[in-house]
Amino acid sequence: MTTDMTATGSSAAGPAAAKTLLEVNNLSTDFVMKKGTVHAVVDMSFTVREREVLAIVGESGSGKSVASLSVMRLLQPPGRVVSGEVLYNGRDLLRLSGTEMRDVRGNHISMIFQEPMTSLNPVFTIEDQLTESIRTHMKLDRKAATERAIDMLRLVGIPSAEKRIHDYPHQMSGGMRQRVMTAMALSCDPQLLIADEPTTALDVTIQAQILALLSELRDQIGMAVLLITHDLGVVAETADRVVVMYGGQVVEEATATELFERPLHPYTLGLLRSIPGMDEDSDYSQPLYMIRGMVPNPLNMPKGCPFAPRCDRRGPRCDREMPELYEAHGRRLRCFLFDPSGRGVAS
Amino acid sequence: MSEWDRPTPGPLPEPSSVSHVADEALAMGERLPDGGIPEFADDETLHEKPENQWLEMWRSLIANRAALVSLIFVAFLVFIALFGPYLTPYNPIETNMANALKAPSAAHWFGTDQLGMDIFSRVIAGTRVSLTVGLLAVSIALTIGIILGSIAGYAGGWVDTIIMRVMDMMLAIPPILLAITLMAALGKGIDKAVIAIGLVSIPEYARIVRGNILSIKENDYIAAARVVGNTDIRIIFRHVLPNALSVIIVRATLGISSAILDTAALGFLGMGVQPPQAEWGDMLGRARGFIFQAPHTLLYPGMAITATVLAFNLLGDGLRDALDPKSRIK
Repeated sequence: MTTDMTATGSSAAGPAAAKTLLEVNNLSTDFVMKKGTVHAVVDMSFTVREREVLAIVGESGSGKSVASLSVMRLLQPPGRVVSGEVLYNGRDLLRLSGTEMRDVRGNHISMIFQEPMTSLNPVFTIEDQLTESIRTHMKLDRKAATERAIDMLRLVGIPSAEKRIHDYPHQMSGGMRQRVMTAMALSCDPQLLIADEPTTALDVTIQAQILALLSELRDQIGMAVLLITHDLGVVAETADRVVVMYGGQVVEEATATELFERPLHPYTLGLLRSIPGMDEDSDYSQPLYMIRGMVPNPLNMPKGCPFAPRCDRRGPRCDREMPELYEAHGRRLRCFLFDPSGRGVAS
Repeated sequence: MSEWDRPTPGPLPEPSSVSHVADEALAMGERLPDGGIPEFADDETLHEKPENQWLEMWRSLIANRAALVSLIFVAFLVFIALFGPYLTPYNPIETNMANALKAPSAAHWFGTDQLGMDIFSRVIAGTRVSLTVGLLAVSIALTIGIILGSIAGYAGGWVDTIIMRVMDMMLAIPPILLAITLMAALGKGIDKAVIAIGLVSIPEYARIVRGNILSIKENDYIAAARVVGNTDIRIIFRHVLPNALSVIIVRATLGISSAILDTAALGFLGMGVQPPQAEWGDMLGRARGFIFQAPHTLLYPGMAITATVLAFNLLGDGLRDALDPKSRIK
């Protein structure tokens, strides 16, 4: 970590001063298939600053996972990054050789997956799996690596770590496995952790624990987190900034506080209105709001704004033209309602 | 349509449920009073001592009676193969024409063959040949099969297509015919028989390994292995193959029996070991003219082949059951 880091706090106001860690510019990822080409990620740009939690939110198929796999260069065919750059500390990851990229993975950028039940190799003990990356990246001998592994397990809150380290994955619960996964991802002090729906497969109580753990570790280790999720509760709890994706595109980007206090994009607004309220003044006699229609077929995207067919506020322009990502109200918005030229959705 | 003409969007109407989303979610992440993260209860009674999977497998294997008997018999064969030269009552390659085709007696337990050689001694001497050929041929097939199957399964695409089509071509020819063809090209001799039998059994191992790798590589833990920066070679050997080990072990055990059978077949056709060295199939082949005169000349080597092949088959079946948790005998 560099010494010129100016970030003091980690929440809300702090990250504005922090240095940019990951800068994704105009990333586009395609899946070329027999039936046609799916543009899974279209012209996506975002930045993650040091010590910041950036959440990417979207429905299934909105391209959020593909975007994270593109950053890690873990896309399997037929997926392919067609354009853009992924600058990590100024170096374009998409241009690195295989060997250089392997050094970045685990060592600088790490990742945890959605399914804790299948993310650990069933035939090896926790010790085997944890020490492997420590030994590869930190060049420690077996004994030192085991010690570090035990420390990591303690850090993620696994009791009697020195005993549990000899366990096989099937001897642990889902929440513990997710903690082990987190320990594994963090074992080489990465500067950026990509968490792809880290809590989806867990009970709500365990979810809360894992999220608290991530924030805790962010503060302790000083890493940045790129959180991929469809759960707005998770976002509200952990994120500093939020990128909302729809149909492979960024539709709104704002700080978490602003986004939840005043969602501007019709899609974001729809998402937030679809959450059942749990306050005393919630009106339970009314049916819960629902965004009408379905996610468009990725092989047959609408010509104009991808959200237009489902939008409550669409106008004739939305069906014809693709809106740009406008700067408005201190955030980025992809909607003609915020077109600075003032043309709006008509004409 | 004047409502679409709004030049700048004013504050949008705030839906009733939006405002408390954040508070509600924040309440979800419970913290302990000291601000720490809640830990799991450390209940020692719930935490069983890790059971070694190999120990568990062993228990299940010996609980299967057929497998246990086979295992004892295989151990017995290995003992004979190792200490054969000290166990033979006669020199297995010493001829005695005056004493040819004698029925079993106290002096010659299994009788003598057409050249007067002691069949008991020759069956003992043949054990080493059969087991060695079986093990070596399977090792060759397994090594090459694992490498080809791993590459095909892991790489996929055209690499997979080329490797597996070649394997399919080999499978299209009956293995024993292919082995005979190879022997014709390589020449006679037990060392060539090992190579021929090894080469023709590559496809079945390659197919099994590929199939398993195809399903194992889809698991998240393989992606996780990639995330921590492993090379592809290391992922195949350290992360993927150990998961396919049980299937490979079962297949290899069954493979030993078919390799022994193939050796006997080549020996029967006179292409394996060269006389006067003793080998079960070769003994059968040379004695087949005396089947009515002196049936014992075929009976004992035939029984040796049958018993050995049966033992490896039953052991393989037992291993398969023991390694499959679904059919494991508790």
